[in-house]
Amino acid sequence: MNRIDKKFQELKAKKTPAFIPFITAGDPDLQITKDLILEFEKRGADIIELGIPFSDPIADGPIIQASYYRALVKGAKVSHIFDMVSELRKKTEIPIVSMVSYSTIFKKGFSGFIENSVIAGLDGLTIPDLPVEENLELFEVARKHNFKVVCFVAPTTTDQRMALITQRAQGFLYYISVVGITGIRDKLPDDIIQNINKLKQMTNIPVAVGFGVSTSEHAKLIGTVADGVIVGSAIMREIENYAKEPPEKLVRCVGEFVGQLISGAKG
Amino acid sequence: MVMTKTKVKAQEYSDISEGATLPDKLGHFGRFGGKFVPETIMPALDELEKAYLEAKKDTSFNAELEYYLREYVGRPSTLYYAERLTKKLGGAKIYLKREDLNHTGAHKINNTIGQILLAIRMGKKRIIAETGAGQHGVATATAAAMFGIECDVYMGEEDIKRQALNVFRMKLLGATVIPVASGSKTLKDATNEALRDWMSSVRNTHYIIGSVVGPHPYPMMVRDFQVIIGKEVKKQILEKEHRLPDYLIACVGGGSNSMGLFHPFIEDKEVNMIGVEAGGLGTEIGQHASTLTSGEIGILHGSASYVLQDDDGQTLPVHSISAGLDYPGVGPEHSYLKDIGRAEYVSITDDEAVKAFQDCARLEGIIPALEAAHAIAYTIKFAPKLSKDKIIVICLSGSGDKDSFEVAKKLGYKI
Repeated sequence: MNRIDKKFQELKAKKTPAFIPFITAGDPDLQITKDLILEFEKRGADIIELGIPFSDPIADGPIIQASYYRALVKGAKVSHIFDMVSELRKKTEIPIVSMVSYSTIFKKGFSGFIENSVIAGLDGLTIPDLPVEENLELFEVARKHNFKVVCFVAPTTTDQRMALITQRAQGFLYYISVVGITGIRDKLPDDIIQNINKLKQMTNIPVAVGFGVSTSEHAKLIGTVADGVIVGSAIMREIENYAKEPPEKLVRCVGEFVGQLISGAKG
Repeated sequence: MVMTKTKVKAQEYSDISEGATLPDKLGHFGRFGGKFVPETIMPALDELEKAYLEAKKDTSFNAELEYYLREYVGRPSTLYYAERLTKKLGGAKIYLKREDLNHTGAHKINNTIGQILLAIRMGKKRIIAETGAGQHGVATATAAAMFGIECDVYMGEEDIKRQALNVFRMKLLGATVIPVASGSKTLKDATNEALRDWMSSVRNTHYIIGSVVGPHPYPMMVRDFQVIIGKEVKKQILEKEHRLPDYLIACVGGGSNSMGLFHPFIEDKEVNMIGVEAGGLGTEIGQHASTLTSGEIGILHGSASYVLQDDDGQTLPVHSISAGLDYPGVGPEHSYLKDIGRAEYVSITDDEAVKAFQDCARLEGIIPALEAAHAIAYTIKFAPKLSKDKIIVICLSGSGDKDSFEVAKKLGYKI
C-alpha cells in the first residue's frame, strides 16, 4: 500500500487530521532539509510536502519564491534532491509528496520523472501548474506505479471541474483555501469551512487544506473539518529567520514552531 | 491579378481571417500550446474563451472593434515603399508596414482595444498587464484611460530604467506601474507577477496579455486581434504590386507583430516568412534571447513552446538591447510554424540592430523601434542576395522614440 493511503487510514482510525508541513528542498541546503524532515517527523508531522525549487513559480508568494531562489543559487538540482530522498528512506517511512512545476516534469519527461521519483522513495507529487485535463497519460503512469498525483481544488473551481478533478485525484485532494497565491495571512476566508464541507461531500478522498494557513489557530480551525492541514510559507519564514544560525539551532527552533502548529491542528 | 485561392477549413476555432485551422479545442498547436496554469485561474480561462468565441461571432462587437481601430488607432496603417533603402541595398523591393503610425506608436494597441472591449463585455472592473519595452503597457493604459477602467501594469525594474519615457507615459494615462524586483527584473518576471496578481484578483480583473504567449486562449486571441496587420498588407500589396510578396520579415519576442503579419499568408505557400530574434551580445547562455533558434521545447507562462531552459526546466537568463525581445519564451504557434517548416527563424545581434536603427533613420526618415530594427537589420543582410523583382514586406512594429535614450547611451551621446 502507498504510504499516503496507509497514513490517512491510520489517522482516520485515530480521528485526527494529518499535519503536512511544506519545506523547500535545498534551503538553506539539502543536509538541513533532511534534518528538518526528520525533526518534523519526531514532532508529529504525518506527511511531508517537499518543494522542488523552480525559477518561475506562479502560484507562490514572496516567501516561497525567495526560498526557491536561495535553493537554486545554492545549486539544488532535481538529481540531488532525489539522492537526498533516497538517503532519507534509510531512516524514515514518513510519506513524502513532492511539489514540482510541470516545467521541470515536462523537461525531464513525465514517465521518467515518475519512475525516478518512485526509485528515490517519493510517494506522490503535486503539480501546481498542471490542470487535470492536460496530461491524462501522466495519471495512468502514476497509477501503474501506485504513485499518487495530488490534485488541487480552488474556491473558483466550478462544480463541473470539481467532478472532473475528484474523479482523477489520487492520495488526497489539495484544497486551496484562498483565491490567491501562497503566503502568510492574518485571517482565513469566512466561507472556508463551508467550502471544505462541500468538497468533502463530493468525494471519499481525504481533503487537505493549504495556502495561507499560517498559525496554530488557523491549523486548529482547519483541523476540525479537513483531513489534513498544510502549512508552507509560515515554516519557510522561520527557516529564513534562522538561516544564519548554526544548523542545530535552526532545526531545533523551526521544529518547535512546527510542533506548535501540530498541537493546534490536532487540538 | 494573381492570387491563390485560400482554403478555409470550417472548424470551431478557425480564425476570422483566412487559413487558420489551429489551435485545437484545448489550445494545442501540434505539440505546443495548451493551458499549464494553477487550478485557481482555469475557470477564468474557460470563461474568457467562451466570451471571446461569442464576441467573435457578434457583429456588434466586431463593428465596435472596427470603429475604434479606424477612428482611434488610425487604421489602416500604410504600406510604404522604402525606396532609398531598396536602392541602397540593390536587391529586392522593400515595403514597410507602418505599425509605428498607429496611435501610441506600435502594433500593441490592436490587441489592447480588442481585449478591453472583451473585458467590458465580461463585466470586469479592473485591467492588469505585463510590459517589457513598455509599448504594451502604454497601449493597455491608453485603452483603459479611454474606457475609464482601473489599470495596473507590471514592469521589471531593469526595464523601468531603460524605458523611462514609457513609464512616464503610462503614469500620465492614469495607470499604476508596479515595479517587479524578482528574478531578472525584466519581461519574464513582470509576466510572473501579473499572473500572481491574477491568481488573487481573477474574479473582477481581466489580464491583458500583450503577446501571442500564455495559456489558451491567449495565443489564439491575441493573434486574431493582430491579424489585421497581415490582412491589410495582403490587400495593400495586391493593389500596389498585383501579387503577393515573396518574403515577410518581422521581429519575434513573444511574436505578436510577426504572427499578425504572417498568419493571413500561412496558406499562400509562395510567401516565405522569416522571424527575427534577438541575438544580443553572442551565442553564450545569458547573452541572447534567441528562443526559436537555440531553445528546446518546454513549458513557460502557461503553454508549451520553445524556451530557453536548463536540464531541470529552470528558465535561463536572456539578454537583448531591446526590452521587447528580452524574453526566454515565444508563442506556441511560432514554435509550430518552425517545426512544420512554414516559417524560418534567424537572429540579429544588438550591434546589428543599432546599426539598422540608424540606417533606417537616415535613409527613410523613420526611426524604428529597436525591436523592429532587428527585422530591418536582417533585411539589410538578406535583400542584396535577392533579385530586383522580389518583394519583401517588413513589419515596422513600432516607433523608436522610446529607444532614443538607450541608443544614445550605446552610441556615447549624452542627452
